[in-house]
Amino acid sequence: MIEIKGLHKYFGELHVLKGIDLNVAKGEVLSVIGSSGSGKSTLLYCINGLESIQQGEVIVDGVSVHEKSTDINKLRQNLGMVFQQWNSFPHLTSLENVALAPRIVKGKSKSEALAIAEKQLRHVGLGDKLTNYPSALSGGQQQRLAIARALAMEPEYMLFDEATSALDPELVGEVLETMRMLAEEGMTMICVTHEMGFARDVSDRVAYFHQGIMEEIGPPEQIFGDAHSEHTRKFLANVR
Amino acid sequence: MSDSVAFFSEFRATDLLFLGEAAGRTLLISAVSISAGTVLGIVFGWAISASRFWGVMTIGTILDVFRSVPLIIQLVLFYNFFPIIGLNLDPFASGAVVLSIYTAALVAQVARGGIEAVGQPMRRAARSLGMSYWQDLRYVVWPIGLRAVFPAWVGVALSVVKDSALVSVLGYVELLRASQILITRTQEPFIILAAAGAFYFAISYPLSKYSQKLEERWAS
Repeated sequence: MIEIKGLHKYFGELHVLKGIDLNVAKGEVLSVIGSSGSGKSTLLYCINGLESIQQGEVIVDGVSVHEKSTDINKLRQNLGMVFQQWNSFPHLTSLENVALAPRIVKGKSKSEALAIAEKQLRHVGLGDKLTNYPSALSGGQQQRLAIARALAMEPEYMLFDEATSALDPELVGEVLETMRMLAEEGMTMICVTHEMGFARDVSDRVAYFHQGIMEEIGPPEQIFGDAHSEHTRKFLANVR
Repeated sequence: MSDSVAFFSEFRATDLLFLGEAAGRTLLISAVSISAGTVLGIVFGWAISASRFWGVMTIGTILDVFRSVPLIIQLVLFYNFFPIIGLNLDPFASGAVVLSIYTAALVAQVARGGIEAVGQPMRRAARSLGMSYWQDLRYVVWPIGLRAVFPAWVGVALSVVKDSALVSVLGYVELLRASQILITRTQEPFIILAAAGAFYFAISYPLSKYSQKLEERWAS
């Protein structure tokens, strides 16, 4: 379970997150929507400790993320993250991209790591691209590679930071399909997304962020059908 | 008049051997300086990129001095400065130290460029997988950054080979100094400088050829 309590985040003078309280249970799929600059991506970075926080607490399975004594590298193994830019390692093949972290972080043997990598690549539908370098893959394939790379650490949580925003429109579908598959397998996911169809169909809950505040959270039917907040309704009217 | 002619003698085959030995010294001082300077330069470049403000203010500024002052001035200054602080270094050691620092100053900028070429998003992706700071540096930043700036590093290395000629002012008999000695004796600057040039080429060409091969391999 991910617990976020009274979280405040500043970038210098800029108050990006203004007191967020949020719990995400095991197996839940939460979509976070909102206009850019609303702090939703920053929230993800705070959850796995890639950004520091100024006030409040983030607790993952009972471990406080921003505590000094926390082994952040160990914690992150449990929190897979997929970024807007897929960031595949350009000097490694697909297999090596996925096998790297299991080998050096988890200390798996080379053959074990490669076996894990192959399994995860097949899982996301890249079984025929094992020995290709990222430069030979499309954006959608590279993003699926990034998903496989995160899954290879066998995380219990997956954080998606606008995973489809940088893709050409015709490549969005394959990545969403992969995310949907993970959701169906029971993965706990927090998805910052602009894909309203995905948010509506796949999530258990949808949170709407507005200027650093979680304005509203609820089941998709309620958010998309009967939003309480004026801001939420306006946002949804604009993206449709 | 005929007596004075005896001061000069023709270019002989053994003079080539003399030049060859001198080329060996050019190669030695270049190899030492490039190796030491590269290791130091990478550390400096990392320090500058890792601690933005203080790194740039301190290391960056000092290295800028070494990059901006002509090497020949640095050589003469340090050669005369070392004995003052009680270091009696021979021309080779003095030259190697100065050339190493000079190389480090150039390589630091190249290394910094390499680290910055990798970019924050890529490094965050690596960290998000649970890699430690050092694992990120070793397995992600190093290989990607190296490929990005390797041609620039080769350029530095080749220029250091040629700049090593300036160590001749300290009396280290490398290629240029040896050529000057031979020219004084034979009065045949054309042949001798051509031969020295050929030696420089013979040292530099394999390096540039090898780097080309490496780049081709990385590109595939």
